[in-house]
Amino acid sequence: MTMRSLKGKRPIPGTIIFDGSQAIRGYQLNKMCYSFNKAENRDAFLKDEDGYCDKYGLNDDQRAAVKERDVLKLLGLGGNIYYLAKLTGIFGLNMQDIGAQQAGVSLEEFKAKLLAAGET
Amino acid sequence: MARLIGGVGSSHVPAIGNAIERNLQSDPYWQPFFKGYEPVWNWMEEKKPDVAILVYNDHGLNFFLDAMPTFAIGAAAEYQNADEGWGLKPLDPFQGDPEFSWHLIDSLVHDEFDITMCQEMKVDHGFTVPMSLMWPRQQGRDRVKVIPLCVNVVQYPFPTARRCLKLGEAVGRAVASYEADLDVVILGTGGLSHQLDGQRAGHTNREFDTEFLDRLKDDPEWLLKYSNYELAEKVGPQGVEMIMWLIMRGALGNDIRELSRNYHIPISNTAAGVILFENEAV
Ligand SMILES: [Fe+2]
Repeated sequence: MTMRSLKGKRPIPGTIIFDGSQAIRGYQLNKMCYSFNKAENRDAFLKDEDGYCDKYGLNDDQRAAVKERDVLKLLGLGGNIYYLAKLTGIFGLNMQDIGAQQAGVSLEEFKAKLLAAGET
Repeated sequence: MARLIGGVGSSHVPAIGNAIERNLQSDPYWQPFFKGYEPVWNWMEEKKPDVAILVYNDHGLNFFLDAMPTFAIGAAAEYQNADEGWGLKPLDPFQGDPEFSWHLIDSLVHDEFDITMCQEMKVDHGFTVPMSLMWPRQQGRDRVKVIPLCVNVVQYPFPTARRCLKLGEAVGRAVASYEADLDVVILGTGGLSHQLDGQRAGHTNREFDTEFLDRLKDDPEWLLKYSNYELAEKVGPQGVEMIMWLIMRGALGNDIRELSRNYHIPISNTAAGVILFENEAV
């Protein structure tokens, strides 16, 4: 399922390209996250997380990664970052919080690294 | 005839919208970013364009992954902003120019670009943040009519940088052939280097962005030597949004002046850029 335009490319370290195979893998997960544009759906998820994941047909791995709020795992399971941000937003995590989480550093370290990039 | 009087390249991340909502423009973190927009504010105030063609991408408000158009153009009388899930307060609706939209669509399809036509289209932060950056006051945003031009830079394969530059050239021809006495600006938004996903989250590339900005006026083809995959490696998967600036650049033709530019790291997880071009041909 590697796309013609990506075939034979060397992997980019620390990066997953959201291509067709990822889009297939993550379709249900991303569809659930898309529903979180609506406040009533965010509330319904908070009230009954398992029931909500059932409704969208998430597989066991995706369900576990949702439980762990593990963005890196969710990305590997086909999640797209813009959609995952709608999920993590429910828990009050913004793009910098999940950036730090994925990079495996504290929020302060993550912000410091970005500030340092501005000084070079 | 309509005249394309200038173009702006600009970042569009939600954190900017949040800073505007909270009035943080002179906060030390934000000041070096917002001061780069002063020349743009003055220019917009002086020129008072009638219509803005706004090139951006939707991040999961109007388009889901069930059907992703490569290029979509709005043809509505009004465009609503809405809740994107993580708390940015929706802005007031934006006024469209359906007649001009249909001319643009018609002209582009005759020029062999296969456009998705949208009579209803919600616009997300990719659209609203540049609108607030160009016209900080509601009154300014109310005066300009908008035509959203939405590009897929979310799900691979994206259109190539070359395709974007050519689409821009076709947009330039479409504007020039519109029989109405209108001053038009085009905004290319997104970028610059940034990476939101993966262990490499937080990646930026000042050197690459700087060369991109340096070459944008006289040598926009420079970017074409990179595939979107190679670009993702250099500027991060979301940094590839910079190909949308080529649509703006292509539309302007070659008789242009660079009036101002600013570049600043960091804004949230990104390198932020703004550049203002004026068309000397009109
Ligand atoms: Fe974007």
